Parts: sequence; structure tokens; C-alpha cells
Amino acid sequence: MNKTVNPKDLTSDGDGPLYAAHKKVYPQSVSGTFRRIKWGLMAICLGVYYFLPFVRWNRGLGAPSQAVLIDLPNSRFYFFFIELWPQEVYYFTGLLIVAAVALFLMNSVGGRIWCGYLCPQTVWTDVFYAVERLIEGDRRERMKKDKSSDPMKLERISEIVLKHSIWLLIAWWTGGAWVLYFNDAPTLVKELVTFQAPMIAYIWIGILTATTYVLAGFMREQVCTYMCPWPRIQAALTDEWALNVTYRYDRGEKRTSVKKAAELRALGQQVGDCVDCYQCVAVCPTGIDIRNGPQLECIQCGLCIDACDNVMTKIGRPKRLIGYDNDINIQRRQDGKAPVYKIVRARTVVYSAIIAAVGGFMIYTLATRSLLDVNVLHDRNPVAVKLSDGSIRNAYTVRLLNKSGYDRVIAIDAEGPVNLTMHVVGADSVTPDRPMIVIPRDSTSELRLLVTAPAENNPDKSIPVRFHVMDIGLGVAATATDNFVAP
Amino acid sequence: MTDHHSDIDSVSGKSTTGHEWDGIKELNTPLPRWWVITFYLTIVWAIAYWIVYPAWPLIASNTTGMFGYSSRADVAVELANLEKIRGGKMVALGAASLADIEKDPALLALARAKGKTVFGDNCAPCHGSGGAGAKGYPNLNDDDWLWGGTLDQIMQTIQFGARSGHAKTHEGQMLAFGKDGVLKGDEIVTVANYVRSLSGLSTRNGFDAAKGEKIFAENCVACHGDGGKGNQEMGAPNLTDKIWLYGSDEASLVETISQGRAGVMPAWEGRLDPATIKAMAVYVHSLGGGK
Repeated sequence: MNKTVNPKDLTSDGDGPLYAAHKKVYPQSVSGTFRRIKWGLMAICLGVYYFLPFVRWNRGLGAPSQAVLIDLPNSRFYFFFIELWPQEVYYFTGLLIVAAVALFLMNSVGGRIWCGYLCPQTVWTDVFYAVERLIEGDRRERMKKDKSSDPMKLERISEIVLKHSIWLLIAWWTGGAWVLYFNDAPTLVKELVTFQAPMIAYIWIGILTATTYVLAGFMREQVCTYMCPWPRIQAALTDEWALNVTYRYDRGEKRTSVKKAAELRALGQQVGDCVDCYQCVAVCPTGIDIRNGPQLECIQCGLCIDACDNVMTKIGRPKRLIGYDNDINIQRRQDGKAPVYKIVRARTVVYSAIIAAVGGFMIYTLATRSLLDVNVLHDRNPVAVKLSDGSIRNAYTVRLLNKSGYDRVIAIDAEGPVNLTMHVVGADSVTPDRPMIVIPRDSTSELRLLVTAPAENNPDKSIPVRFHVMDIGLGVAATATDNFVAP
Repeated sequence: MTDHHSDIDSVSGKSTTGHEWDGIKELNTPLPRWWVITFYLTIVWAIAYWIVYPAWPLIASNTTGMFGYSSRADVAVELANLEKIRGGKMVALGAASLADIEKDPALLALARAKGKTVFGDNCAPCHGSGGAGAKGYPNLNDDDWLWGGTLDQIMQTIQFGARSGHAKTHEGQMLAFGKDGVLKGDEIVTVANYVRSLSGLSTRNGFDAAKGEKIFAENCVACHGDGGKGNQEMGAPNLTDKIWLYGSDEASLVETISQGRAGVMPAWEGRLDPATIKAMAVYVHSLGGGK
């Protein structure tokens, strides 16, 4: 016979089971400063994400007119006035460094504010919660509806269907917006609607629809607590000056009811401001009690600050019983000293300096980068050829890159310590000593270059040779160096 | 046998499997349902796969599946698609004249790319992967051409070969003056030294230049021409330049004069299609810049 035993009955010493079962969180709606900031940032983030692909940017005929476009088939990345080639993907390395250090900087200033306000997981979960609240009601109603063991009524079923439909719609649009970054948006939308789009587009929409729906609709705070590495890393990067959402226990304790607090205060006794209303817990999207001190689950969204402020206003006590603060200030207040806020300190200065240095370097290289480039590859087989008159010839593969938006006429020179003559296979025209070649805009040209050292000044060892290419119209030039090898 | 489900672990409150090792018991924890469902789905998938795709080996063949899929047919379709994509360009290449290909950068790039691949497959065994040649096999990067280095001449050599047996092949060979008894040993050495002198190489002490010139005029001029400048009509090399197909030292020259030379270049017409031969001619011509 099977006997079921409740583990709780067995653990009298306080040891629980090895893991806690998931408890569904029902965050209550709240209004206030931080909620407004969150709505605002959400609108900006989603607005940018959903509509950026439709922003046009005129690059001239034949070039994509999408402001932000990752053109994988042609290996180009367009970002407003910037056009990046595959050779320049190191800009993304710089961007990643800046992004990582910006995260550190945010963390050293205000804890996990990235998590609370800007992280896609937070933004989309927040949208999904808003939809849920709109359809199923606020915290209490949702809890009641979930608990109710009545057979499902039609009304309830339609509510659930409606909620999931809207969720899926948002999720689908999220996936749809994603693929628009990889192709001309209006064209792709038309293709998607008429089922003419490439299969890969549908596959990616499917993947992102599924992940958005599952992560924002079901996983929610579990992503932040169990899946995301940032809370663990963040704990190692934070310091005692970082402003985290903090319950000011110096002011809050001891907790009493409103009535009792008034009575005690009338008697001139010291009482805490916290009235144990649990509003901070009710609104928390990760379902924690901030009054238990800093916790791994806390995403620093500040909603508990709004909830507590509303209560404090109602009972006529000063706001910010919960606020962005740190333990040092609580200690200082307890000691009767004024709180100190140190945003400028070694850590934040260093992070800012790194951001400024990397960002500045990127901007500098971007502004001064050449739109004409040349790469040279020496033939390996054979490295050198002896000609009938005894002179020596080396062959090179030269790749010319014209990153500009117009065709260029390029003249090529080879310079070395000895007198060298040059021949370009397939040159458009050859002036007495300078082969010319036309490279169409936004493209590369591969040339075969034959460089000959006349017999009378044959080098007996390898000598350096400089290839000089020049746009004869605009005077833009580029240089590459290689070796001229003797057999 | 005891009912192991009645054995309850006192810490977790779960039933055990009833197995015990040194006092350690195993909890009877069922697999998560999603895992079990996934496992059954993989079984269903596997069976469906056996039916739909070719899977079971039979004695002489295999099951063909429901839709007759085969990877070989798949490859054939992909190759056909590739041909469709490239077809137009190769047709354009076949239609253009050799000179036009060299003038059009797009066609030149295509011809060079195609030519390089085909060269690697067909020509590299003799001429080397970069066309650098070897003793007896011409270096295609230099400016010395036995049968002519213009585009048309190169194309002709590739098409019909040299001494290949093809009706239009290049003919002509270096006679075996020693083997055939035309020249005697000391005459051969003398004329070999004379030939070395033609391109400014050192000669043996006491060598009789006048005698060498006489032997050369009597036996060699017919093919190699006055002064040894060679003749591309007959594939007779220029003996006054610095490039030597079979070596320029005295021993090599003596061997050449005694035994004769008749290197063979196969004819590629019929083995490669005309557009490919054209691409190869352009590639070879561009290797050394041609003539």
C-alpha cells in the first residue's frame, strides 16, 4: 500500500526539502515615480525594437534604403550613415566591450538597474503582465481565479484564450520585427503576408515567437533567478556604495499597526514606520520581501518603493521608507549622521574612463577610416619566375576595396629599392608606367599583378616592395607592403 | 518479494526502489513526465523514419521508403540547380571571344576562377598547381612559349596538344643526333658548348667555337633558326635566352642532343567542353601575363 508522507512533517529541525517548488507570483499594479519611469523606458525600448526597421535612409540608387540593416547575403552592416564591411566587424568587439563596461558602471551606481528597467526579459514580462492584468484583473482577482476549483466557466475560458492570444500576438510580432532587421522591411512584410518569404524567415519568427511566449508568459522571474548569470556576476562586482533598493530598517522597525503606532507616538515613544501592510511584497514581480535585506532575486525595479510611498503618504509619514540606498547610510543615520551618496569613486571613474577610451577610439577610427583599401597576397607557387632575358618576375594577387558610394579610377604603383616594372592582368588602361583600373562602388576587385625586376638590377635576396593605390579623381590613397623574392 | 513501495525513506518521505547498498537506498523518483513523453516521441519518430525514408538494408538492395527519397537524387537536383545558376555565365563565356573575355573584368574573373579549378584538376600533375612546371614540363608563368604565348596560340595548344595524336596537334621533335649516328661523341660535346655560348653561358676550355658553329649550321638551323632563336611553328625552343626546359648544363645538353626530345601535351578537345577550354586558356594566359 502506498503511503504518502508530507516532507514538512518529517523535518522538525527546520531543514526543508532540497529545493523549493515554484510559487506563482501575482504582482499587483502600482503607480508612482518608478512605475512611470518603467512605462516610459518600456515604450522607448519596444518602440525602437518594433519600428526601427521601417526607418528609411537614403544611400543612393542601388544601395539599401533601410536605416539599420544587417545584410548577410552581401556581408554588409548598415547603421544610419555607417556602412561596415566584414573586415570591420571588430567594431562590434568594441561595442561589446562598451556594453559590458556600461553594465558594470550601471551596477556600481545603482545595482541591477539594467535588470529592473531595460533588460528585454523585464520589458516583455512587464508587457505580458499588463495584458494579464487587463484581462484577468489585478492580484487578488487572479489569485482567486487560479484557486477556484469550479468547473471552468465559459467566461473564464474565453478570458484565458484571449490572454494567450494577445500574448502570442505580441510574441509573434517580436519574432517578426527581428527578421526585418535582416532584409528590406516593407518588402519582407509583403513577402511574409503572401507566403513568398524565405523559409529561414518563418523559422526565425517561429523561434522568437516561442521564446518570447514561453520566457515572458511562463518563465518570468525564474529567468532572472535561475537562468540568468548576471545576478551571480553582479554580486561579485557590487560594492558598499552601490545604491540598491533598500528597506531602511532603521526607520521601519519595529513594525506595528497604524492604530498602535499612533497610540505609542502619542505617548512619545519611538515606533517604526513600517505598518506591515505587505504592499511591497504584493507588487514585487519576483515575489520577494525586500524587508529581508538585499536578495539575489531582487531586480531593482523600484516598484516596492512606489507601493511603500503610496502607503506612507496615506498614513501621513515621510516617503522613501524603501528607497535606493545602501547599508552605510543606514548605519550613518543610526549613528545620527547625515547620509552620504558617493557616485564619483574609483570604480565609477575607471568604468567611465574605459567607456570613454574605447568609445572615443571607435569614433576616431570610424571617422578616419579609409574608404579605399588594398590587400596584397604574394604568389606562393611559384614565388619567383625567371624570364627569358634573365630578369625576375614576382606575381601578386591584389584585392582593392572600394567602400565608397561611387565608382573609382585607381592607379597602381609598385615601389622598391630597385627599379621595378609592373603589369596588371586585365587593366583598363595603362599610362606609360601606371596601370589604371576602375572599381565599381561598394565592391572589391581582385587583380593579378606582375612585378618585374630588370636583369641588370636583379636583387640577390628578398627586398621589400610597396604597393601604392590612388584614386586619381580624389587623391585618396592606400598602401600595402610585401616582399619581392629572388629565385 | 516485498512490496518496495511500502519502504519509505524517512528524510524525504518518498518511497525507495528497495535496493540497498551499504545502507544507502535509492529513492524511487520517477522521471519527469515531459522527459518520458519526449522519449516515447523519439521512438515514434524513429519508426516513422524507418517507414518514410530508405532505412532497412535488404540482401541486394534496401527499403526505398514512401517517397522514393535518395541522397543521390538529392545531389543530382542540387547539381542541376547549380548548373542553372551558373549556366548563363558559362554560356556567356563560351560565346565571347578570347580577347573580349580579357577586356571584360567580370568575364575575366569568371574565366580565371573556372580556369584555376580546371587547371588544378587536369594540368597540375605535369605543370604544377601554380603552373610553375618542372624539368621537361614548361613553366607557364614565364614569358617563353614553345608553341606561342598569345591567347589563340595557348588555346590551340590546349585544344589539340603537342605530339598528342590528334589530327591538328603540334608536330615536330628534337632529333636524336647521337643515337641515330648523325653526330659523333666529340661533335655533340662541341655543339653543346656552342649552344651554351649562344646564351652567354661559360664554355669548356679549348672548345672549338668555329667547329661548333659549323655543326650547328649543318644540323640545327633548320629548326632552331639562324643564331638559334627558335621557331614556334615547330616548337623549337629559343636557345639564346635564359630559360631551359631540360636544363642548360653541358651534360643535359649532351643528353638532349644525343637522345632527342619529344615531350607530349595531351589534346583536351573532347575531354573538356569548349567554354572550359577557353576559360583555361585565359587563366594560363594571365598567369604570366601572356604575350
